[in-house]
Amino acid sequence: MKLKLAVGLGSTCSGCDIAILDLAEKVLDLVEAAEIVFWPTAMDFKLKEFERFGEREIDLGLYHGTVRTSQQKQMAHLLREKSKALMAFGSCACFGGIPGLCNLTSKEEIFRAVYKDTPSTVNPDFITPQTEVRVGDFVLTLPELQEDGKALPLVVDVDYSLPGCPPAVELIEKLLLHLLLMQEGELPPKGTVIASDKTLCDECPLDRENKSISRIVRVHELIPDPKTCLLEQGILCMGPATRGGCGASCIKALMPCRGCMGPPPGVKDQGARMIAAIASILAVSDEKELPEEEIVRLVNGIKDPVGTFYRFTLPVALLNKKMREDK
Amino acid sequence: MKKITIEPVSRLEGEGKIEIFLNEEGDVVEAFFQVVELRGFEKFCEGRPVEEMPRITPRICGICPGAHHMASTKAMDAIFDVKPPAVATKIRELFYCAHILSSHILHFYFLAAPDFIVGSAADPANRNILGVIEAVGLDIGKKVIIARKYAQEIQKIIGGKATHPVFGLPGGVSKPLLEEERKQIEEMARFLVEFSKFSLELFDNLIFSKKEIADLITGDIYRHETYYMGMVDKDNRVNFYDGDIRVVNQEGKEVAKFKPKQYLDYIEERVEPWSYLKFPYLKSVGWRGLVDGKESGVYRVNSLARLNVADGMATPFAQEAYGKMFHILGEKPSHATLAFNWARLVEVMYAAERLLELATNGEITRKEVRIIPQGIVGEGLGCVEAPRGTLFHHYWADQEGIMTKVNLIVATGQNNAGICMSIKKAAQRLIKKGEVNQGLLNMVEMAFRAYDPCLACATHTLPGEMPLQINLRDLHGNLIKKLSR
Repeated sequence: MKLKLAVGLGSTCSGCDIAILDLAEKVLDLVEAAEIVFWPTAMDFKLKEFERFGEREIDLGLYHGTVRTSQQKQMAHLLREKSKALMAFGSCACFGGIPGLCNLTSKEEIFRAVYKDTPSTVNPDFITPQTEVRVGDFVLTLPELQEDGKALPLVVDVDYSLPGCPPAVELIEKLLLHLLLMQEGELPPKGTVIASDKTLCDECPLDRENKSISRIVRVHELIPDPKTCLLEQGILCMGPATRGGCGASCIKALMPCRGCMGPPPGVKDQGARMIAAIASILAVSDEKELPEEEIVRLVNGIKDPVGTFYRFTLPVALLNKKMREDK
Repeated sequence: MKKITIEPVSRLEGEGKIEIFLNEEGDVVEAFFQVVELRGFEKFCEGRPVEEMPRITPRICGICPGAHHMASTKAMDAIFDVKPPAVATKIRELFYCAHILSSHILHFYFLAAPDFIVGSAADPANRNILGVIEAVGLDIGKKVIIARKYAQEIQKIIGGKATHPVFGLPGGVSKPLLEEERKQIEEMARFLVEFSKFSLELFDNLIFSKKEIADLITGDIYRHETYYMGMVDKDNRVNFYDGDIRVVNQEGKEVAKFKPKQYLDYIEERVEPWSYLKFPYLKSVGWRGLVDGKESGVYRVNSLARLNVADGMATPFAQEAYGKMFHILGEKPSHATLAFNWARLVEVMYAAERLLELATNGEITRKEVRIIPQGIVGEGLGCVEAPRGTLFHHYWADQEGIMTKVNLIVATGQNNAGICMSIKKAAQRLIKKGEVNQGLLNMVEMAFRAYDPCLACATHTLPGEMPLQINLRDLHGNLIKKLSR
């Protein structure tokens, strides 16, 4: 029997859909194993169509994208209700992803920037999109934008995850193998993450000598040695705080990891883990302690710690909002 | 009055829907294309280090991440005031040709071709890529899958990842191209050149040769006389990676030619309360609403617009196809919205030929691919032709190189007005006396699809039917009739 598979969407760039298409010839294997009853379409259609499905009638629901609008939240709940198993597919669903950086700002600030302050915008009356607006004789509606971007597990109970921005084709091929097992009634245990169980450093092709660093450099400031660990050359690389399984594709292009696979197993807060990793390579400088001002200088070399250490995981971080002073 | 909702229609910058309003007689009074989401990159990019922007902004769009990566990388060149070595520019352009190919091939075969090859009013269950393969044969289907795969693979070799590439740096690229990689790319490029020729022939033989389709393409249902904008090289030929921006009017006369960094002198944007997507227009002409003609500042971008503003193509086979297309369409500029699909194939030909040219360039494997920037200017503009049209990234940063302000003008934004107008006109011509069926609604959607703002449909066509539900509602939103494919 073919499995029933559904794909629900949050706030997404659709790179996750492209990743599925990148299976190329193997897409046919996917279609062989599963009847795809839904793939990215709009909420209205899906909500209506989903009414035809009973509770848990769909074998596997995939959700990609951050949960941001009222519609996307509704979709998450429906997909949960109709699916025996629900998978967070891609970094946005797993951890909030890059759209989750919106939590550093507010809807009001975003509206002001987009619809007023951008220099090409001519909008003296500061007109903004409305959830309901009358245009002549017609009433038009838009879904409401929520203040926060959320990861799927913060909204509904999630069974499996497949991280990556976008997920590596090799991991989607692994999902195909799981689908074949699921056809035989073998479900992976709840909490299964389709990725590596180790950190990215474990699969990194570059050489590490466990030496300390004396300065932190930004990617544009240094042409790195192509064989040596980027972090040990002073370039912030999220490898030690990131789950492997992506094939180290960014590092193979000589660019540091930015953590899209999320924290390694057992780690809740990716940024905290990265800070610990940096502290360890800063502190053991040739086995003698660094003077305090030296440490301050080094740490000051880290620009934008939030946007670097939590680039893909801000909505699931322990501290996930910008502090605001009450006016 | 009744209201028809076509949802979904778009996936490019989030989601979209079409609302069509009918009067008591069942004729179309008004139609709206609404973008129903906003993510706010303009705001949350503030505070990020400039050099990280090419790794953040591709997430605006997973269909054209390469375009955002490139525009962002070029904005960094400007903001750090550094000129990449010649070989780095070639590597970037090589990558970018593959990006255009990947996007255009996906659109043409998965999205547009079903309407033309299987038929605009055919059984929706067949009107998809599988239906196309059935019509043209499995061998051709396999060729399409391989061509798209190669275009993705070339991007991965250079960019690290095909979707959300990482290789762009101010002053160059992250790594040189190895000889063995170059050989691989050359081989794939040869295949892509042949594939592009084949695609143009297929368009001739299977699409334009059918009179009813030819009439549809050149007919009035899908016609709008607007201004056009696109990037050209120094000889006014189409260029995706670099050049000046040229604007022509409804008769094809050049009305503006400017450096991308001067865009604020030429483009303004309007906000409408019923869409999250803004409406850019030509500043000198002004906003007159969703109408075409010389008095209206509405302009269009994307494939046909690029060919309309250019004097030709820079490679031989593409030039031949360009000449042939305008000869057959019988006018230049062409105002036939459905011809965007044809123009896309002419561009596929150019991108493939240029790809091969670059892959066989003796200098492409040189090692000097990066220059370390020495200072920061604080403001920079990056511009490329995204597959769907001109793309502007404008950044401001402080002396530490931290972003303070961002302005983005994206392709689909610039076609926002055009899309709205095309949908309304097609709906008015096709839906009469409340007569609505899936074939007619699909023809309304074809107006939209020509602009290629859509992935949902493209991906959907792969596994099976393209689902779509149309709700006929009165103005209070009460459902009167439901149609679904």
